Amino acid sequence: MSSTILYTIISLSATGAISAVILYFVAQRFKVYEDPRIDQVEDALPAANCGGCGYAGCRNFAEACVKNENLSGLFCTVGGNETMSKVASILGVDAVSQDPKVAVVRCAGSYDKRPRINIYDGPSSCVLQSILYPGDTGCPYGCLGHGDCVNACDFDAIHMDLKTGLPVVIDEKCTACNACVLACPKHIIELRKKNKKDRKIFVCCINEEKGAIAKKSCEVACIGCGKCVKACAYDAITLENYLAYIDPVKCVLCRKCVGVCPTNSIHEINFPPRKNLDGTDATVDVEIVENL
Amino acid sequence: MLKTFNKGGIHPAENKITAGKPISTLPVPPIAIIPVLQHIGTPANPLVKKGDKVKTGQMIASGEGFIAANIHSSVTGTVTRVDKLTDASGYKRTAIEIETSSDEWMNDIDLNPGLVTDVSLSIPEIMVRTWDQGIVGMGGATFPTHVKMVFPRGIKAECLIINGAECEPYVTADHRLMLEKGEEIMIGISIVKSAIGIEKAIIGIENNKPDGIENLQRISSRFPGITVQGLKVKYPQGSEKHLIKSLTGRAVPSGGLPIDVGIVVFNIGTMFAVYEAVQKNKPLIERTVTVTGKSLKNPSNFRVRIGTPVSELIKAAGGLPDHASKIIAGGPMMGKALNTLDVPVTKGMSGLLVLDDIESKRKPVQNCIRCTRCVTVCPMGIEPYLIMSMVEKEKCEFLDDCHINDCMECGSCSYICPANRPLLDYIRLGKARLKKRKQQK
Repeated sequence: MSSTILYTIISLSATGAISAVILYFVAQRFKVYEDPRIDQVEDALPAANCGGCGYAGCRNFAEACVKNENLSGLFCTVGGNETMSKVASILGVDAVSQDPKVAVVRCAGSYDKRPRINIYDGPSSCVLQSILYPGDTGCPYGCLGHGDCVNACDFDAIHMDLKTGLPVVIDEKCTACNACVLACPKHIIELRKKNKKDRKIFVCCINEEKGAIAKKSCEVACIGCGKCVKACAYDAITLENYLAYIDPVKCVLCRKCVGVCPTNSIHEINFPPRKNLDGTDATVDVEIVENL
Repeated sequence: MLKTFNKGGIHPAENKITAGKPISTLPVPPIAIIPVLQHIGTPANPLVKKGDKVKTGQMIASGEGFIAANIHSSVTGTVTRVDKLTDASGYKRTAIEIETSSDEWMNDIDLNPGLVTDVSLSIPEIMVRTWDQGIVGMGGATFPTHVKMVFPRGIKAECLIINGAECEPYVTADHRLMLEKGEEIMIGISIVKSAIGIEKAIIGIENNKPDGIENLQRISSRFPGITVQGLKVKYPQGSEKHLIKSLTGRAVPSGGLPIDVGIVVFNIGTMFAVYEAVQKNKPLIERTVTVTGKSLKNPSNFRVRIGTPVSELIKAAGGLPDHASKIIAGGPMMGKALNTLDVPVTKGMSGLLVLDDIESKRKPVQNCIRCTRCVTVCPMGIEPYLIMSMVEKEKCEFLDDCHINDCMECGSCSYICPANRPLLDYIRLGKARLKKRKQQK
């Protein structure tokens, strides 16, 4: 009885020892060299695996950083400049810095501002609805409201406002990973430069139709009147295809354009309430902020 | 003996309520909206501008490139705008709007209603005519006809198939053409036959049109090489690939064209258009449209000018009924719901269907119980339930393996599903996602 146990132990140990020797030489022979810096860079990255950098995940991005030897064209928007300077110090190259950005929804066509003219009863998906037809309102450019952007967001930074039927971005959570921008079939969401105290001024409309047609389908559409272009002293506003666009880089947040817009389609967000000459609050602008 | 294809297919209620209504010609519309893209391929290039006077039959937009078609004015009047206007897709695309003043035709068009039986043109001249007069497939796909008549080098077609299946419920436009324009269709077929050098032509007609089969059979005895073959009623027999399978037993390979198995397919309506273009020098500016629906007062078949707003057709059919809730351009299976009545009739619009709120209501979606009825009825042999679950779970990488692009969007799966699942919608979504994924790579 005891000899059976003894033989078993001896034979198994021998098999183990021989296998260990074979495996050692095999491992030596087929060894794959991996740059240890890849692991270091990966540890420095936020591990969100969001794909915002254009690579499949953080590991993939780390490999690309190490392989490229310089960081041009490589940027992790989630980690931002801080992470990228860490990565640069690991690799011993110059860091690339970018202005932080934030996603902005450029449609204000809420239920009360943009009447529904037909009923869509298919599956709830913006991409699918946009394949079938332009949408259930008169505006062929506007938000469809099924929340493809919400599903695309890995950071819980965008959600649908049930009162307006429009998506709302939470600035603190948004990492500018670009996922919602790609998910939106109407190309409503734009990444814009993040300003001090999350202040924003932008044209909240992408309707390129002539003024009368745009206004008919939506109360708060940009009608391309050009008043904001004249009001801007910094040459930041351009008008193309009956649609104004505020360049986030040139804009100095002076708010002159907001007051002149006849349809209130230029939105100012996170600004203190504006004082009129007699010291009272100008409530019209506050109302817009509340709507969003 | 009646033929049919073996794999899949469904039998929706036929509802061909307009089969007995002769084609009546609708008056010239007060305003015609003529989109420059009414075919598959590149949009035509507008030749007119605002304020120009045009005559009926005048070319107003020329096709650029090989897969394209010319567009002609269907009315006489003044161009009021060349702008982006809503078409049947719901999106705004370039179109030419003409305000009608009178109805003066171009001089070189033969307006004599008599039949012209002798073909005087040579083969190249016939080809040029089909190109010049903007002939496209009238079945719905609107593929330019001249493209189909030219084959790649080294390939020879053996058989011409004429599609008279008209498997869509409700639509009877081709059926009426068979009864009323049988001679013209036969001459059209012999023109195409001689132009592309094919001896044999088969007309496939579903058995729910016995009078159509009889009429064409009677006429075909005078035209050698043309046979009429009855088909068992089954949707989607009017699909090119399935009609070929039914009539010849040949299977077009996945992603292939009928010419790969030596066959060319044209629609009955296209043959009538070819007859008019070649024998009468008349461009494609009119087509037969079935305006139908159980709630309509006067559902009927109309011969209308291309560019007539859909609202005019509804008016002619007795006006919009009280409970109308969905208006579909085309048939109920593959047609497209319209979101406004201002859209014009285009070259590919075979029918206009008005459904009331009860008929058009979607039933609540339930869970898939893996009954595989969608697999059984799929004429392309793919698995719709599997594709739908892949799309729902965003597993786009498997969609190619599921042969999603073989789907021709006939809607049999959604029709048969006992759980009312929107299978076709999800297949469309999957196609879009797959396309985007491939573009990003």
